[in-house]
Amino acid sequence: MMRLTQGRILALKTLLHLGFILPLAYLWLSVQSGAAGGDPVQYVIHFLGMGALHGLMLSLLVSPLAKGLQMGGLMRVRRLIGLWAFVYALLHVAAFLGLDLLGDVALLLGEIVKRPYILVGMATLLILSAMAATSPGAMQRRLGRRWQQLHDWVYLAAVLAPVHFWWSVKSGWYEPALYLSLCLGLLAWRRKRIVFYQQIVTSFNRGLNRG
Amino acid sequence: RDLAFDVSRNYGIGDELTPEEKILTHNNFYEFGTSKTDPVKNAQGLKTAPWTLTIDGEVNHPLTLDVDELINAMPLEERVYRLRCVEAWSMVIPWLGFPLAELVKRADPNSRARYVAFETLYDPKQMPGQASRFVGGGIDYPYVEGLRMDEAMNPLTLVSVGLYGRTLPPQNGAPIRLVVPWKYGFKSIKSIVRIKLVERMPPTTWNLLASHEYGFYANVNPGVDHPRWSQASERRIGAGGLLSAKRIPTEMFNGYGELVAQMYTDLDLRRWY
Repeated sequence: MMRLTQGRILALKTLLHLGFILPLAYLWLSVQSGAAGGDPVQYVIHFLGMGALHGLMLSLLVSPLAKGLQMGGLMRVRRLIGLWAFVYALLHVAAFLGLDLLGDVALLLGEIVKRPYILVGMATLLILSAMAATSPGAMQRRLGRRWQQLHDWVYLAAVLAPVHFWWSVKSGWYEPALYLSLCLGLLAWRRKRIVFYQQIVTSFNRGLNRG
Repeated sequence: RDLAFDVSRNYGIGDELTPEEKILTHNNFYEFGTSKTDPVKNAQGLKTAPWTLTIDGEVNHPLTLDVDELINAMPLEERVYRLRCVEAWSMVIPWLGFPLAELVKRADPNSRARYVAFETLYDPKQMPGQASRFVGGGIDYPYVEGLRMDEAMNPLTLVSVGLYGRTLPPQNGAPIRLVVPWKYGFKSIKSIVRIKLVERMPPTTWNLLASHEYGFYANVNPGVDHPRWSQASERRIGAGGLLSAKRIPTEMFNGYGELVAQMYTDLDLRRWY
């Protein structure tokens, strides 16, 4: 068994950062060179959305991997991955607003209200934003147990994100179905934990009602 | 190859043309893949000559035409038309072609002919999207489209064989395609092999795939949204870079109301979207 030394974790973090930065560089270059087509708006939006989904799934893969490989140190790269997923999701929405709607904020707000698939996407972004905002260690210590409760919302995000993808495509269901299944698979692996979490919430509510 | 044409008409559209390079590299042609950049990559091998076009059904003179001969025989004109995609982007394209009415008249429709059905080439060997449902977006091929008889005979309805002074590139629907500028782009079927005059409203591909999102008529209508996005405005693809694009209000019938609105006076356009 390979031990995760400080140096190895640093190397892994560097690789992960590169793994998220290089696609953005590639995107930039393919837009500049024309390889992304005569009107790359949809290409850019789709690319960033898929990046966010991949990041989210990768972040959910960390704890199964850490447990399966018995390498607890792996958990130390999870925040970085989650933050990158958030950055991609933010860029995805920024590209939709900036390149497709051309900065028409009123239209964006109208679309969020009127189009359920966009509402689902924005709900996902909201969850990721709350997690990103509370990601520093200081916030984690300050929030205590509530920090974990807040970050458990990622399970909902892991369902909403592939649903948003499926809902957004014009035709063809193979690819979105594959993503939804993979996400559900990642959640199924932690079903005990999710059920356990629900029980805590239920008993907590019961306590509140009694009190 | 270059094509000669007699006249150039713009039917009141004074908009700035979309650059040729963008018209050639941003295409929806799912037979070659669902991404906008797929057709220009995957369609270059399409064999466009010899190409046979059949006109049959409710006609007195069924025709089988060689498209190359047809292109040489027909007087071509240039038409500068707006193309409004149902996805809410638009272009302005100088097409070369002739009115569909000329072609239909040649076959001499009989009294039962009330609709015109169109069919794209079906050749999975040449069209990867037809060979694999994954590449082709889960559509049942061949792609089919249709018009009502009066729509087909409207002077605005064009059979296009070229753009920007040259024969059509494969990704734009070579060698022969339809252009119906007051309807969403998906009505303007590409790489046509058959035109059939029929009595009943024919099936159309996007309507078959999602009937609550795409109707038979598919007239450009800013008042009727697509369930998943607004049709009130559109992103005009012009000469500049990504951020210089403009979002402009979409016009009823794409701005061609004067020439086509009279065909729909008895039709509830909310219901018949």
